[in-house]
Amino acid sequence: MSQVKKITTPLTDDVIQDLRAGDRVLLSGYIYTARDAAHKRMLEEYEKTGKLPFDIKGQVIYYVGPTPPKPGQVIGSAGPTTAYRMDKYTPKLLELGLKGTIGKGWRGIEVKEALKKYKAVYFAAYGGTAALLSKHIKSSEIIAYEDLGPEAIRKLYFEDFPVIVANDIYGGDVFTQGQKAYKKIEIDP
Amino acid sequence: MREIHVNEIVEKVKNMVMDAEYNLPEDFVKSLETAKAFEESPIGKEIIETILQNAQVASVEKVAYCQDTGYPVFFVEIGQEVHIVGGSIKDAINEGVRQATKEGYLRASLAFDPVFERKNTGDNTPALIYFDVVPGDKIKIKFAAKGGGSENQSKQTMLKPADGLEGVKKFVLKTIANAGPNACPPFTVGVGIGGTFDYSAVLAKKALFRPIGDRHPDPRVAMLEEELLSLANQLGVGPLGFGGTVTAVDVKIEVAPVHIASLPVAVNIQCHANRHNEIEI
Ligand code: SF4
Repeated sequence: MSQVKKITTPLTDDVIQDLRAGDRVLLSGYIYTARDAAHKRMLEEYEKTGKLPFDIKGQVIYYVGPTPPKPGQVIGSAGPTTAYRMDKYTPKLLELGLKGTIGKGWRGIEVKEALKKYKAVYFAAYGGTAALLSKHIKSSEIIAYEDLGPEAIRKLYFEDFPVIVANDIYGGDVFTQGQKAYKKIEIDP
Repeated sequence: MREIHVNEIVEKVKNMVMDAEYNLPEDFVKSLETAKAFEESPIGKEIIETILQNAQVASVEKVAYCQDTGYPVFFVEIGQEVHIVGGSIKDAINEGVRQATKEGYLRASLAFDPVFERKNTGDNTPALIYFDVVPGDKIKIKFAAKGGGSENQSKQTMLKPADGLEGVKKFVLKTIANAGPNACPPFTVGVGIGGTFDYSAVLAKKALFRPIGDRHPDPRVAMLEEELLSLANQLGVGPLGFGGTVTAVDVKIEVAPVHIASLPVAVNIQCHANRHNEIEI
């Protein structure tokens, strides 16, 4: 693993080109949240109106549905949810200018191809370490779909939020690469 | 008859749910500490360390260990000499969950229906409750918060009796390998073999309540648990799927009598948010 890179949103092609699967990144700046229900609604609305609830160009979406904040917190526990559930919607959002997504787990082949095509990356955050990760979130505001509760779209402010580049624009995959060295048995399908 | 008032059940369920959401079971935390030494990959070691820190922060600050506070699942054993007064036990358990969700700042993670509107129920009810009647004058309540990420990677299959032990092993290992980074390893793997289609899955879930390191009383099953654990850790998945030698900290198997034509197998993947506890009233 290489040294830690500090990057700030919005992301440009120059920044993206520099990232390789396995790179550790500390991410800062504004980030938008969306998970299953928000993705579905966003794209249904886009079909009808040609608009998204926020300007997506250069932005990063964090797949998270946080717990409610306790008094004195800006956000509750806020770790990543499994990314493949958003695969159906991600290529379209990348086409519209989205530059990064944050989640956990594998992405499907269509997303990996779209990352190459539209120059974007998929970051993995440490799944289940939600109490720790929320400490890197400095503000949180609901900007759309409030009725979805934990699935509403929030605008967060990140400070050095730790992620690892999971899929880059060169076809690299941190999980496949990482597991190879330790795989001692193969289960045939 | 011993009388137990529902108010007592509400209060105790509320507390047990909040406790489970903030504090991982001690045996599991210990197993992670041991696993850290066993893990060969540097990033794997670092992840286990981060997971342990997360457990520490959640416990000290009394915040949810994971943002997915899970589907509340209860196994309730009611002593046949107990008389429940003041209302229904089902309502009492749901009320406990409702209060824990509000007072404990848990995420509302349930939808009313699976494929129509999927509107959030807002308070994590209705809980899933399995009841059993047992001898005695006590109520035993077991609770697990089942996160969606690992539940989604769980699987059931109806093998042929001719597939035998080899078929079972292959299915379990394939399920673990496929779950990979999606389901937040290190896992505890619950396996149910036998019974019917539905009962195999219940067995797999029940198996997850057994303490880490505990072995099945049937030595044949105990051996299978150990063999599968060792094989699971050779799959290379590693902590959070980044590669490594700790994919699971334990494999727990429950078996049941079975139809002469069937070999049901269910695998319930439990992520590192291994939140469960039990109380006796
Ligand atoms: S799989 Fe478990 S640890 Fe991972 S996000 Fe879901 S509940 Fe949390």
